[in-house]
Amino acid sequence: MAKHVVAAVAEITPGGRKLVDVKGRPIVVFNLGGEFFALSNRCPHRGGSLCHGKLVGLVESSTPGEYRYSRRGEIIRCPWHSWEFDIRTGKSWCDPARLRIRHYPVSVEAGAQLVEGPYVAETFPVTVEDDYVVVEI
Amino acid sequence: MNIEARQPSRSSRTKPAIVDVDIHAKSSVEDLRPFLSNRWGDYLQTYGQRSRHGYAKGFPYPKGQPLASRRDSWPPDGGLPASNLDFMRHQHLDQYGITIGIMNPLSPTGQGDQNVEFGAAMCFAANEFQIEHWNRLEPRLRASVCVPYEDGELSRTEIRRRAGDQRFAHVLFMSRTSELLGKRRYWPIFEAAVEAGLPVGVHVFGYSGWAMTNSGWPSFYIEEMTEHSTSCQAMVTSLIMEGVFERWPELKIVLIEAGFAWLPALGWRLDNAWKKLKNEVPHLKKAPSEYIRQHFWVSTQPMEEPDDPEHVIDVMNWIGMDHILFASDYPHWDFDDPFLALPPKLTAEQRGMIYSGNAQALYGFA
Amino acid sequence: MTINLHAIDCDVHPTVPGMKALLPYLDDYWRDSVEERGIGSLESISYPPNSPLTARDEWRGTGGLAGTDVTQLSETVFGRFGSSLAICNCLYGVQLVFAEDMARAFTRALNDWIVKEWLDKDARLRASIVVPLQNIEYAVDEIERCASDRRFVQVLVLAMEEAPLGRRSNWPVYAAAERHGLPLGVHAGSAYRHPVTSLGWPSYYIEDYAAQAQGFQSQLTSLIAEGVFAKFPSLKVVLMESGVTWLPGFLWRFSKFWRGLRTEVPWVDRPPDEIVRDHVRLTVQPFDVPEDSEAAERAIEHLRSDDILLFASDYPHWQFDGDEAMPKAIPRALYRKILVDNPLATYPRLKEAVR
Repeated sequence: MAKHVVAAVAEITPGGRKLVDVKGRPIVVFNLGGEFFALSNRCPHRGGSLCHGKLVGLVESSTPGEYRYSRRGEIIRCPWHSWEFDIRTGKSWCDPARLRIRHYPVSVEAGAQLVEGPYVAETFPVTVEDDYVVVEI
Repeated sequence: MNIEARQPSRSSRTKPAIVDVDIHAKSSVEDLRPFLSNRWGDYLQTYGQRSRHGYAKGFPYPKGQPLASRRDSWPPDGGLPASNLDFMRHQHLDQYGITIGIMNPLSPTGQGDQNVEFGAAMCFAANEFQIEHWNRLEPRLRASVCVPYEDGELSRTEIRRRAGDQRFAHVLFMSRTSELLGKRRYWPIFEAAVEAGLPVGVHVFGYSGWAMTNSGWPSFYIEEMTEHSTSCQAMVTSLIMEGVFERWPELKIVLIEAGFAWLPALGWRLDNAWKKLKNEVPHLKKAPSEYIRQHFWVSTQPMEEPDDPEHVIDVMNWIGMDHILFASDYPHWDFDDPFLALPPKLTAEQRGMIYSGNAQALYGFA
Repeated sequence: MTINLHAIDCDVHPTVPGMKALLPYLDDYWRDSVEERGIGSLESISYPPNSPLTARDEWRGTGGLAGTDVTQLSETVFGRFGSSLAICNCLYGVQLVFAEDMARAFTRALNDWIVKEWLDKDARLRASIVVPLQNIEYAVDEIERCASDRRFVQVLVLAMEEAPLGRRSNWPVYAAAERHGLPLGVHAGSAYRHPVTSLGWPSYYIEDYAAQAQGFQSQLTSLIAEGVFAKFPSLKVVLMESGVTWLPGFLWRFSKFWRGLRTEVPWVDRPPDEIVRDHVRLTVQPFDVPEDSEAAERAIEHLRSDDILLFASDYPHWQFDGDEAMPKAIPRALYRKILVDNPLATYPRLKEAVR
């Protein structure tokens, strides 16, 4: 596992997302109210590009006619076929045990630390003043 | 556990030839205006399209997403999904190496409009637009002959106008016609299609004006979606029972976006009933399932996805591997990725047939 | 407990010979109305009396009707087919009546006729409560009126009614059925409020018969999408004379769409194929399998459940020749379940007979 700097924190605002390429793998980084999550961009069903999906809430129901709506903006629907995935866990709603998106450890690091290494910044410019999103892969 | 789909390495592999029989190249109402007479242009402007449902705009069962389209299919510089040729090339035609794509315009085309004269003018315009805006610039894209199918003679006129024009691949119906497709009112269309040597494509959707189930109107869009296969079952039954294929033995029907797992079971059911009720339909010369085997082709999308993928291969074998055509349904939400949609256990030969061989044989594509 | 029990035939059809037969079960107003207005018959075009499918020739009696004689039914179903219990589903066209009050009167008469002319005459017979869905209060009343007779084991509706069965206006009927331990039986047939296809009226009877299978598909979709099984978790639905082999393909499609569209119906919180396996049963005549036995075997495998099939002869409809009422395609290993275990698990009231 190596840590890869993929974005400056300011670049991905709350509710925002960024598609990055880490070692040839497309990874989408979401910011949910200040928390970052890094997921494979490829839908495990048929390969849709998740970063093009719509962020929605979670609708549940304990009885017909009831729409219990929560967690707005924390579910990504694949742009193809509309399957829902929980950004916090990567799990699909329709088949959570068997079908989930690969999740990568992600952290926020200060630029001052990053310039010392051993992080892989690749082509991403890092300055000591800013904070950065770091994905482990 | 993670069962992430493997990404085929598109660069290192030779792209198979792919004929995609279902692409929804889009036009707007404004796009069609240049091809309408003043009379019908003014009519369109004033009264608009009136399908056999109540809404002036939009759909009786709201879709799952805007225009039922992939969220990544909206062109970056604006415009509707599949309205921009460059973006369609980039996202679909070149991306997958589509060698030929058949355009099936859904709307606006005037098909199924309550006013058939207007419908005929709109179909003419939609056909001109496919050629002028799409095929002329991108010859891989072939056109459908949109016909105002609720009027047999007006439809025949449009088919004759396009007969012999290799840029048109088939005659196009929507599946929800106001009467069952085997009925006499549609016979001039079959006759003209056969005369022109064109298969007849039936794409799901449209509005028959009747309730969407034979027990009344359902509540939900998910029901509208599942009801496509039930209406197609009735449509196939009608074509057979009315003796359409005895009258036009060369007639070929392509079922587009209808799913296909229901087709063998329908054939078995019809055969069993026919054995007891033969004397009602003495014009049938063979078992209903034989007409299905001979006269119907199916397209793959939306791909059937049973838990056990072997089951879908059973069904494909029952239908006949030589009658299955690849379709992506680009740019719609339930799009099938050409490289990932087919069951993995198909042989290379079967894949080749479904990707292109069957379509080439059916449509006579070089 | 050992159950000394042979097959349970879950779908046989006593035939009402004509409105005259129901007159003793109507009150004075309706009895006189039937005569004054010349209402001779409620037979439905779902089963034209002389159509080959409606009855095997050997079972037709005087006037060409079959299924009018309890002795013949018993000899055939219990004697020749070897069943020990049979469920009577009476398909007289009371569901087609438009006037609610007339529908109520005729339906009550029909259920009373079944009791007196059939159940009372052979202890091995059971029946379904026919209900007038024309008016939901009346339908519930009819269940309440009949359910105390434990020989009624099911509530009967048709595959094509005025509105899809899942619609919430129908729910009081399902609440009553669940309360009394009665499955909802959906039998082929139509109230003819709509054409038998969503594309209008067909030309031929064979199309009408074929379209029944589409009606069942639509009803399953509706029952699940509207949340009937979420609301009534112990309700079972039995599809009768539905055909069987359409089911797997239907479920693949429905379950796939559910994955992308389930937010529209969030109470459907598991795949439709699972819901069907838990709540829905189908009778085996007709089965609609191919002649090719290998294909038939595979088609049965596609069902992925040994629990969902129930034995039925569909007497006196012509589904098979000879006395072997079980479709040939069904493997022997499943006989016990289909003949006995599955029916008993589906119809709680049947167990009362075998204690």
